Amino acid sequence: MSVLRAISPDLSRIRLVDQDCLSKRAAQIREALLQGLERPFKHLIDISLGDAHRGGLQPITFVRQVISACLYPSLLDSGRLPTDVKSRARNLLKQCEGESVGSYTATCGLPKIQHSLSEFISRRDRGVPSSPENIFITSGSQQALMLVLRLFVHGKGSLQTGIMTPVPSSPLFNMALSSLGGAVVPYHLCEEEGWTLRLDEMRRALATARRHCNPMGLYVINPGNPVGQVQSQKSIEDVIRFAAEEKLFLLADEVYQDSVHDPTAEFVSYKRVLHEMGPPYSNTVELASFNSASKGFMGECGLRGGYVEFVNLDSAVMGHIYTLFSTEACTAVMGQIALDIMANPPRSGDASYTAFFEEVQNRRNTLNNNAKRVQETLNSLDGMSCQPIRGGIYAFPQLHLPARAVAKAEEAGVAPDLLYCMLLLEEMGLCVGPGSEHLQRKDTHHLRLCIATPEDTLQEVLERLSTFHLHFMRLFSG
Amino acid sequence: KSHQTNQCVCKVLTVDTMNSCVKKVEYAVRGPIVLRAVQIEKELKEGVQKPFSEVIKANIGDAHAMGQQPITFFRQVLAMCSYPELLDDDRFPEDAKGRARRILQGCGGQSIGAYSASQGIECVRQDVARYVERRDGGVPSDPDNIYLTTGASDGIVTMLKLLVAGEGRSRTGVMISIPQYPLYSAALAELGAVQVNYFLNEERCWSLDVSELRRALADARRHCNPRALCIINPGNPTGQVQSRQCIEDVIRFAAKERLFLMADEVYQDNVYAEGCEFHSFKKVLFEMGPEFSSTVELASFHSTSKCYMGECGFRGGYMEVVNMDPEVKAQLTKLVSVRLCPPVPGQALMDLVVNPPQPGEPSYSTFIRERKATLSSLAERARLTEQILNTVPGIACNPVQGAMYSFPRVTLPARAIREAEERGQAPDMFYCMKLLEETGICLVPGSGFGQRDGTFHFRMTILPPTDKLKILLSKVKDFHQRFIQQYS
Repeated sequence: MSVLRAISPDLSRIRLVDQDCLSKRAAQIREALLQGLERPFKHLIDISLGDAHRGGLQPITFVRQVISACLYPSLLDSGRLPTDVKSRARNLLKQCEGESVGSYTATCGLPKIQHSLSEFISRRDRGVPSSPENIFITSGSQQALMLVLRLFVHGKGSLQTGIMTPVPSSPLFNMALSSLGGAVVPYHLCEEEGWTLRLDEMRRALATARRHCNPMGLYVINPGNPVGQVQSQKSIEDVIRFAAEEKLFLLADEVYQDSVHDPTAEFVSYKRVLHEMGPPYSNTVELASFNSASKGFMGECGLRGGYVEFVNLDSAVMGHIYTLFSTEACTAVMGQIALDIMANPPRSGDASYTAFFEEVQNRRNTLNNNAKRVQETLNSLDGMSCQPIRGGIYAFPQLHLPARAVAKAEEAGVAPDLLYCMLLLEEMGLCVGPGSEHLQRKDTHHLRLCIATPEDTLQEVLERLSTFHLHFMRLFSG
Repeated sequence: KSHQTNQCVCKVLTVDTMNSCVKKVEYAVRGPIVLRAVQIEKELKEGVQKPFSEVIKANIGDAHAMGQQPITFFRQVLAMCSYPELLDDDRFPEDAKGRARRILQGCGGQSIGAYSASQGIECVRQDVARYVERRDGGVPSDPDNIYLTTGASDGIVTMLKLLVAGEGRSRTGVMISIPQYPLYSAALAELGAVQVNYFLNEERCWSLDVSELRRALADARRHCNPRALCIINPGNPTGQVQSRQCIEDVIRFAAKERLFLMADEVYQDNVYAEGCEFHSFKKVLFEMGPEFSSTVELASFHSTSKCYMGECGFRGGYMEVVNMDPEVKAQLTKLVSVRLCPPVPGQALMDLVVNPPQPGEPSYSTFIRERKATLSSLAERARLTEQILNTVPGIACNPVQGAMYSFPRVTLPARAIREAEERGQAPDMFYCMKLLEETGICLVPGSGFGQRDGTFHFRMTILPPTDKLKILLSKVKDFHQRFIQQYS
């Protein structure tokens, strides 16, 4: 028998993500199609993951030109690259030890990039000061979230650290929390109101949790993942006040801050609202804000560039965070470069500006149009309803499934929305995510579709989905 | 300060409410002495007068930082992967283009900006498996047992997470060499695991004696449940390259005592000394026959940060698991998915490292020339370091058989030791700090790696270019002699 059989119970508790079965099956089907297998569809479409490039959107040219020049500096002597690309690459290389992107950087990232980020944050927040030493550059926002959780989570039984997390949730966050031995304290977002955060629900969740664990933190996602709500300033103030009253550390996941589709909505950062609330909140409430180059107009998930900004943390604790983080050496330099460009993009007058601006605008228009079209189409289907997609990169429509479909799923031992997704994949070659992996209110079912995809792909997605949905509803009704 | 004290009363996260294990974490390689070095650099920039004009960071195994050049072929392929428009550029050779196209085919949306599968891009894992088979004389390697990682550190920490369980007397113990690379001690501290030290033999070139393993294990069994044995070969900080016999002995020991073996082999191409050769744990395991090869559980680690590549900033790495229980492997696969995926450029680079230009290909001769030049230069600097340090009375340096560091022993006068203790500093930290302040050279004190009680060491990289290294070594020599005189 293996040495490792008696592994930590925390690990066994991580729920295996349903996504894996769908992804595996999708890969099998893709392979089979390549081998010439006959199917009612010519090619597979996979929009289950929040991955713009996988979904077919192109990287932003300026980003890739700068990266290629940093990787192979001989390109700086060629006529092939615009002047601003070259000067950006030269500047970045000068910051690197040995002028190579193959060197380690300082633990928290290249100081110049920390600085760019602090200026970006300050501009975004209408001048609220941001200090580079409070910014840690990480391997995606996920590493930053885990770093913070590692600081928090300890204890067993009634002393076990709990973190309040929204339902529908980010499965990765919950997995990370569980794997560290922390307790997930779910608070439900209100679907009927467009997935708003409700204080009464948060209070209920907290009171219940206090009976069996030690809630220390409150995790919010704004704009929402997967639900796409964008919090109003008032809502953010309410949450901050709640956190202050209940002594909760705020974790604000703001990676979708660049993706707001509803023209009446506006992204406002937790940090800015906190600052504008003035003392005592502004200098006591502890906050960690997360952002990433994986989302927004860049969609550079594979480069693994993210950061966390800490506000009002105890200085001794900051010292420990630094030491802990230093054991992981540093974030991949390509990811750091992507962040630098996110923070400090080409400006009007720069050689690449026009092309850059056009690409970014197209990206934004695509997402806005997709959000609109998805909502309209799905809301026109019987048995489906979709709340307004104000921001983020997903649609999270509710499936109103006939009782027979639910029964069939129970028989098969799978969540009803997962059954729906599996059948959708087999029959239409369309891979979307099941709501079950996000946690959801009991007896509700949802789908997750990533809308960061070219408009014609989305059109095809909606055609396949509508066709399948009508067929499915007919099959299981009556 | 008082403002902060008032704040502490209301804060949610304080040193008292946080995870107490985190407080025990230290990492000397990027620790206090490095923070001071960075401060000194700032002071120099601001025009503060010092007895030196630059800080030399000989604390960290970063080859490019010290001027080592990247392998041309690798950077060409990676440039094309990031900006595929370059695929039609005549400056790039056809074999580089072929590699870039193949890597892009393996990426979602043909972009290195897409997430990969958590375990890593499939074609890269396949290439890694083939590399391992070639390296190990045909011992089969299954791509499904290969996990691409964010540097080797990611894989090492993940495996330790998997291994650590139990409470009190049944808490997992993990055996690690002293001296060790402090990632291990940091990870074990954070996980609340028991660190079980086994001492390498300094008198015999930092070799590993099985009798010492036995002693350490027997001691440990009284208070914890030892389940794993970590070994770094070639060694960090010690630079020894274990003999084949030694590796067999360790495997036999692990088999008998039912220990999971973790073989950190990131320096596998950095072997310099005559008569020394790298033997992978996996290869030796399989050559020992089915009694061992079908039972001993092993994880081997490799990285793009060291060897002849030195590409630390890419965070590329992989681990191969051998004889892992399928249920445990399922847990491992789940665990790696929590961090999403390793950086794709690092995965692409690892693909090139395991699948470099072949004879007959356009880039082959340049590649071989560059690789050879880098490795022989490192060998020369390893030899030089040992030679020069051994001319200093009071400094004794074992041969740097491999890796990237010297770890000489320094004899410190009793007065210096007392002064250090009065300041609450480890004596070798006191020594290294003084060295930094007087010469601008940043080293890491031996206390950061572990050493026998009453002995003192420092770790210095062999990475500065030869001319600079000679200057550095002579400055260390002068400093040491001054220090001895001052404290005698």
